[in-house]
Amino acid sequence: MNAQEIAALLSEQFGDRILESKPEELNPWSAVDPSSILDVCRFIRSDSRLEMDHLELLGGVDYEDRIEVVYVVYSMKHHHRYTLKCLLPREDPHVSTVESVWSVANWHEREAFDMFGVLFDGHSDMRRILCPDDWEGYPLRKDYKAPESYRDMPV
Amino acid sequence: MEVNYSGDIMTLNMGPQHPSTHGVLRLELKTDGEIVADAIPHIGYLHRCFEKHVENVDYAGVVPFTDRMDYCAAMNMELGYVLAVEKLMGIEVNERTRYLRIIMAELGRIASHLIAAGTYGNDIGSFTPFLWCFRDREDILDFFEETCGARLLYNYNCIGGLTQDIKPGLEDKILKFLDRFEPEVDNLNRLLSDNFIFIKRTADVGILSPEKAISYGVTGPNLRGSGVRFDVRKDEPYLGYEEFDFDVQVGKGEHGRLGSCWDRYMVRIREVLESCKIVRQAIAKLSPGDVRENVPKRIKPPKGEVYMRTECPRGELGYYIVSDGSPKPYRLKVKSPCFTVMSAFRDMCKGTMIADVISILGSIDIVLGEIDR
Repeated sequence: MNAQEIAALLSEQFGDRILESKPEELNPWSAVDPSSILDVCRFIRSDSRLEMDHLELLGGVDYEDRIEVVYVVYSMKHHHRYTLKCLLPREDPHVSTVESVWSVANWHEREAFDMFGVLFDGHSDMRRILCPDDWEGYPLRKDYKAPESYRDMPV
Repeated sequence: MEVNYSGDIMTLNMGPQHPSTHGVLRLELKTDGEIVADAIPHIGYLHRCFEKHVENVDYAGVVPFTDRMDYCAAMNMELGYVLAVEKLMGIEVNERTRYLRIIMAELGRIASHLIAAGTYGNDIGSFTPFLWCFRDREDILDFFEETCGARLLYNYNCIGGLTQDIKPGLEDKILKFLDRFEPEVDNLNRLLSDNFIFIKRTADVGILSPEKAISYGVTGPNLRGSGVRFDVRKDEPYLGYEEFDFDVQVGKGEHGRLGSCWDRYMVRIREVLESCKIVRQAIAKLSPGDVRENVPKRIKPPKGEVYMRTECPRGELGYYIVSDGSPKPYRLKVKSPCFTVMSAFRDMCKGTMIADVISILGSIDIVLGEIDR
């Protein structure tokens, strides 16, 4: 399926829970209502027309007025790719985990939490992954200021 | 494996300084005698926050940073990045650049797989293959040194082309090397791959089923070791890989069940020979041209985003770049193949012996610089 068809299928299936679609862009994407991301992911994983079995990338982007969680998904069988986005507020961003759909989401979501402070509801192991557990702040946020020292060691 | 635990669990830290963890990785093992009840990987010891650094340098300045992620296959790391930026800017490179990039990327793959095989033999207790592999890798590093002056971190690819052309006569040297090297792979097989002890240690150990491998986002030789025929070079070709004749090697479960450590190891050995085939074909296709012909004067991609992936020796390397129209990337996210395979590691280790943990860790061939970025 090409990006237009995927976008149309998603809109048909989920109606106004797909907030916006840009299938004509270089990296075609749809913005999904954060409360339905798990439903959408389950659908694209199991539907025989899509079968997006490979979660290629999950990560955050800080746009200063919002935080986006980006899901790049690919189908090994049909060879098509699509991107889903969840637009979250910068204060207290949280979204449902998709760990049950793709196991690899577990670590990717931990990384997004570590770097952007996005909380994934229902995640089995919501800890920092790359930074130490007692690190303060979320490094990849645009307003992050690197600390002078960590446990009395200069950074 | 069905395991009966006595319930007396001991915690044992393997690493962060341990010769077989291939870098600074700590495994928190919960052991019941010799049986591993759980193996929790703790990563981040090499974390430099690469993704934050690159937001403060221009697009061309990112290339040396990408080299330092997977330092065993730096050529492939920078290739993925420059292809992503070229896709964003709509740059098409000329034929000579394409073929030279393929030659360098495939030589990089051979060098990287040689490290993987050599150190794996070393982990299992066979030292000679390690020396043989490093001897042959040395020749490839010499080619790289002659081409760009560096032996480990090349900074050879640049956006829109290459920093410089190869020196005259390098093609013949590479062909001569391939003639000498290809029979060496048989020697390696005789010494290591078909070795009774090696097979006992690796076959039927650390089984990763195809379904699990896909769910964990495992890619590259590790995925193919589980019998899934998927290679980005074939399934979503870039740089004109579709013009080349080569086979995608997959694990066949020759010794025990499919998806074992031995299968993953053997896929790499067979891929080395496929890469030799590609290099030969690319050298035959090489035509004169200017490798700096398409290099843009100003690198300022339009507003937008791009996802580009390439097949690097350790799996699919993806770059997700968001551009706000300025000369610096607004956001650059790397999909690291080692990171995803490491997330499957815990699942693979449960219920095995402590010695098998070493076997499994060596077989997935990780580079910590890329996991931690």
